[in-house]
Amino acid sequence: MIDKNSRTILSVQGLHARINGTEILKGIDLTVKSGEIHAIMGLNGSGKSTFAKVLAGHSAYEITGGSVQFEDNNLLELPPEERARAGLFLAFQYPIEIPGVANTQFLRLAYNTVQTKRGKEELDPLEFDDFVREKMKLLEMNPDFLDRSVNEGFSGGEKKRNEILQMALLEPTLSILDETDSGLDIDALKTVANGVNQIANKDNATILVTHYQRLLDYIVPDFVHVMQAGRIVMTGGKELALELETRGYDWVNANKSVTGVIA
Amino acid sequence: MSAVLQSLVNQPYKHGFVTEIESDIAPKGLNEDIIRLISTKKNEPEWLLSFRLKAYQKWLTMTEPKWQNVHYPKIDFQSISYYSAPKPKQKLASMDEVDPELLRTFEKLGVPMHERAALAGVAVDVIFDSVSVATTYKEKLAEVGIIFCSISEAVQNHPELIQKYLGSVVPVGDNYFAALNSAVFTDGSFCFIPKGVKCPMDLSTYFRINTEGSGQFERTLIIAEEGASVCYLEGCTAPRFDTNQLHAAVVELIALDNADIKYSTVQNWYAGDENGVGGIYNFVTKRGLAKGVNSRISWTQVETGSAITWKYPSCILRGDNSVGEFYSVAVTNNYQQADTGTKMIHLGKNTRSTIVSKGISAGHSNSSYRGLVRITPTAEGARNYSQCDSMLIGDQSGAHTFPYIQVHNNSAIVEHEASTSKIGEDQLFYFSQRGIDAEEAVSMIINGFCKDVFQQLPMEFAVEATKLLSFKLEGSVG
Repeated sequence: MIDKNSRTILSVQGLHARINGTEILKGIDLTVKSGEIHAIMGLNGSGKSTFAKVLAGHSAYEITGGSVQFEDNNLLELPPEERARAGLFLAFQYPIEIPGVANTQFLRLAYNTVQTKRGKEELDPLEFDDFVREKMKLLEMNPDFLDRSVNEGFSGGEKKRNEILQMALLEPTLSILDETDSGLDIDALKTVANGVNQIANKDNATILVTHYQRLLDYIVPDFVHVMQAGRIVMTGGKELALELETRGYDWVNANKSVTGVIA
Repeated sequence: MSAVLQSLVNQPYKHGFVTEIESDIAPKGLNEDIIRLISTKKNEPEWLLSFRLKAYQKWLTMTEPKWQNVHYPKIDFQSISYYSAPKPKQKLASMDEVDPELLRTFEKLGVPMHERAALAGVAVDVIFDSVSVATTYKEKLAEVGIIFCSISEAVQNHPELIQKYLGSVVPVGDNYFAALNSAVFTDGSFCFIPKGVKCPMDLSTYFRINTEGSGQFERTLIIAEEGASVCYLEGCTAPRFDTNQLHAAVVELIALDNADIKYSTVQNWYAGDENGVGGIYNFVTKRGLAKGVNSRISWTQVETGSAITWKYPSCILRGDNSVGEFYSVAVTNNYQQADTGTKMIHLGKNTRSTIVSKGISAGHSNSSYRGLVRITPTAEGARNYSQCDSMLIGDQSGAHTFPYIQVHNNSAIVEHEASTSKIGEDQLFYFSQRGIDAEEAVSMIINGFCKDVFQQLPMEFAVEATKLLSFKLEGSVG
């Protein structure tokens, strides 16, 4: 969905970050424009999940260099809730459980908080119920989910669907999906991918963080980036993912460019 | 510990004001003369004075319990004033004659003393320091035969009931603090629901300690005759003083055949400041006797105040098929310490008990659950289910669980579940990533955690408890 009228949504330059004194991100550059889907691939420990969390503002990470512009915002200056309200969404790799809090209550609070900050109308519980049920159809979710405690006792697939449901509700400008495919069987993967594809449009953008090519069969990226040791070492089109799948990550080592980009 | 997890405690205690009112205060110290003075001031019959003196003699032979998981300097029982009463301008004939200063005090606390302004159908007995200052809806309740008044009044008007039941569930020498209470109790609520009557409204008592250096020793007695039922609420606050104040209450409940007593407490005594200075020492004995068949005693408590809480509302399940319940939320913050739980004593056949305890500890506080489940040899087919969950906020607080399970009948089924969780950075991050700020997140997590208990509370109390918790923990996470 690359469009020449597209605008830049995210611009990351020279981003460095560390946790407990260990540097994880060692100079990331990335530009994401509206209408684009980017995949970030890499082995465990390459820093791709850290990158996702740093963009969302997790307090455990310390930013040691670089800049991130998100639309009109200097992203690194905003606390995580402000980032979310500005339209940045992270689908968690391990969504947390909140015992005793009904999913519908949580979803409505998140929805209304974000709506209010965007100067839009809040929905009362009845209106919200209609609205959320419509969105749930997209993900083939059973309405029972609304009354269950948030993520409590959910299967891996159910948790991931619940993440995508939140994404559908909050209508973010930039969605970052952190290993959303992990732990999903093929049917759940297709449903989740279908949901993501329906949410993606020319005005928003998506970053998929993934280990495997499998997800990319269903959500076709415009760009594929390979991360290694805290940097993006290679960037290509969707065929790069297939190449990786057949040749493995060792092949990257032999072919990565000095600038970190092959084109 | 992140900066986020550091900043939500310490909103000032909003009930910490002192009412300027002329009081009649007994000299400090405890001896037989003081007990005689209290008894005389209250115009008590001889048998009640001997009840007190017997308790005092017993108390002198006892030592303060040391087994609880709380630490505090030795209490000087001679430095406490055992009687403090606001001086009435005259003998009261109606609510309109209550000292306006007192009315303002309770209005400020949100306790309605005017029946027309009352909470939808809740009758209130108001206790200020040592005495009951007003009871609402008395006449209306009397129409259906319910007696609801201060215990002092009941001693005068219904001595046969008091003599029959006082000390029948908690004997004078039951424990150190119960013995002290039995010797010096000054007032409290009395409630009698006759055979077959379902109390048409919730009854409640509001306790207020006002005078510095005074202790509060109230005594509550609730009797539900055959087939009767009542829902009873208790609220408490105290001013902010730098000195510790002692509160040692005794509550006795008696349920006859098919009777049902539901007792709910929201305890918000002054907890001391953020450095642990001041606050109420809350040593309370609460016990219900499910005496008749199919009777039910249910305790629900939300404990948020006091520097020290030592409290084990218990049920003695004597009647066959009787039911005991204990639902508790105990929140500690700063340097508060709570050692609370219950005792379920199964004597009758097919008796059932349920324990749901939720402890939340923030700051440097310490919260312990201590619970006894005893199935005696006669309790054929008894069942107990216990669930004890603890939640820690921050990394300086402590949570402990001390379950004691004694089963002497092998037909019993006893289940115990326990868990400890922590509001951590990752949970807060999840909420904030959905646009929700830390305070709302904590309030949602805590209310979800306490849901099983809150849903046992009457509506207005549940709303109050939810607000109180958010307020209490504001600043402990952030």
